[in-house]
Amino acid sequence: MNKVLMKGNEALAEGAILAGCRGFFGYPITPSSEIAEYMARKLPKIGGIFVQAESELAAINMVYGGAATGTRVMTASSGPGLSLKQEGISFISEAELPCLIVNISRGGPGLGGIQPSQGDYFQATRGGGHGDYHTMVLAPASTQEMMDFAILGYELADRYRIPVVIMAEGTLGNLMEPVIVRDEVTSFVEKPWAISGCQGRKPNIVNTLHLTAEVLEQRNRHLFSKYKEIQANEKRAETFMVEDADIVVVAFGLLARVIKRSVIDARKHGVKAGLIRPITLWPFPDEHIKSVADTCKVMLSMEISMGQMVQDIRLAVEGKVPVEFYGRIGFLPNPEELAQEIIAVAERKGL
Amino acid sequence: MATIFKRPESLTDAKFHYCPGCTHGIIHRLVAECLDELNIREKTVGICPVGCSVLAYEYFNCDMLEAAHGRAPAIATAIKRLKPDCYLFTYQGDGDLASIGMGEIVHASARGEKISVFFINNTLYGMTGGQMAPTTLLGQVATTCPYGRKVENEGYPVKMAELLAGNEGSAYISRVAVNSPANVVKAKKAIKKAFETQAKGLGFSMVEILSTCPTNWGLNPVDAMKWMEDNMIPYYPLGEFKVKEER
Repeated sequence: MNKVLMKGNEALAEGAILAGCRGFFGYPITPSSEIAEYMARKLPKIGGIFVQAESELAAINMVYGGAATGTRVMTASSGPGLSLKQEGISFISEAELPCLIVNISRGGPGLGGIQPSQGDYFQATRGGGHGDYHTMVLAPASTQEMMDFAILGYELADRYRIPVVIMAEGTLGNLMEPVIVRDEVTSFVEKPWAISGCQGRKPNIVNTLHLTAEVLEQRNRHLFSKYKEIQANEKRAETFMVEDADIVVVAFGLLARVIKRSVIDARKHGVKAGLIRPITLWPFPDEHIKSVADTCKVMLSMEISMGQMVQDIRLAVEGKVPVEFYGRIGFLPNPEELAQEIIAVAERKGL
Repeated sequence: MATIFKRPESLTDAKFHYCPGCTHGIIHRLVAECLDELNIREKTVGICPVGCSVLAYEYFNCDMLEAAHGRAPAIATAIKRLKPDCYLFTYQGDGDLASIGMGEIVHASARGEKISVFFINNTLYGMTGGQMAPTTLLGQVATTCPYGRKVENEGYPVKMAELLAGNEGSAYISRVAVNSPANVVKAKKAIKKAFETQAKGLGFSMVEILSTCPTNWGLNPVDAMKWMEDNMIPYYPLGEFKVKEER
């Protein structure tokens, strides 16, 4: 077991390499640049390709081309960059090409700031670009998960032929923690659809244009039957002290890890609190949430945004319990502040 | 009986959708003949654009990818880097390459990407119905410059071959036209040279091919060829702008 001290961004990059990533295409942006820098150092030494693209648009289109060859490829960016990449993500989703897209999130809108944020939740979970589609979205909460989810991300991407987004707050990208370095992935799925010259077979075509309405509808139905399968198989969440909880906090990412302390503190004050941490933001783990809606009295969505995931929670509970919201912008709140808020909500609700 | 003329193996038997008198058909054939003659069809990946040739993936009998508007050079970059034994070509129009894809083409050239770009310049956006392109000539009428292109309003037409020839990474840059049998033969030679430049690993190659759009120019095919000779070739001179012989 090899345990080393790593930054979140580096752990993610190393995880991708262990998973067989051999192509990185990116454009510098704070707070994600360490991923590109790590790849620029490592990939050329192991027969991989690193290209610093001229723009985010070019970077995501390099990912489009790279993924089309069947190679495990990736890009990493942050909010303003992810906005530019949406064109390509829509194409990649329709072409059903597996790849990894990383959003080390910062606050917006506009240039916003370079402090941590979860404000790209809507963009990440609703597809983000034009047309009807979804990407899978994983939200790590530790440096270890930055590495593990890069490996998991490629596995899911290949299995479902879908772009997988890893979304982590900027703080997590820059957080140093001990990481158990995982084994190298050695088994890969066949990709008979890949384009790399048609020697010995009929030409393959990667295309997203469907001019007849019937074919286009069929394509959309195909994508959504795949999404249904993903929703059936891949919803993931961590639950913490929810069994007897009157108030269940829902939070993701590094913020959720901070809230574990707040939940314990609230319990010391006599408030029976618990936590659900969605790990897949899409597919949203609504069943995990539904399963506690019968036993808890109130839910509280805590986010580093003005309130985005709270809408998915309300859809999941279908009015069975009230869903409150607490959000901050631009920084990771401390556990004391969050515990006070949990206690205040409990008091307001007469718990 | 000896076969003296046939469809190149690098073209499928799909029927072209192009308008009467459009030169895409000629250029498709020239590219396909070169793939055949160089025996590289099975190693080739073609990237088609958004524009009239958006359906080129149905016509070329090799691995193909349909790109977003202007992004073909970025896509080709990644494929070539990951699969260096493949031959990569992009097939792009003037709106695709010289307008929305200006960033991608300039940087692919600057990096010296070992890809071959076939740039079809017909001075306007054909598929969307004849809007102004960066290559629309001064005085030329298009649906979005209905009173004719004016310097004060739309600036000067962009000369892509001259622009890209200035990049160190460009190894072969030429401009040809397909308005006469003699020029068609020259165009084919240039296309072949672009692939040969790629084979030698010399760097980026682009052939700008002056083309006609009888439909949107409002001319019959014969007059369209004449219009190209009288108006396009004087502003977009034919010839080789960059020929690198060694790395």
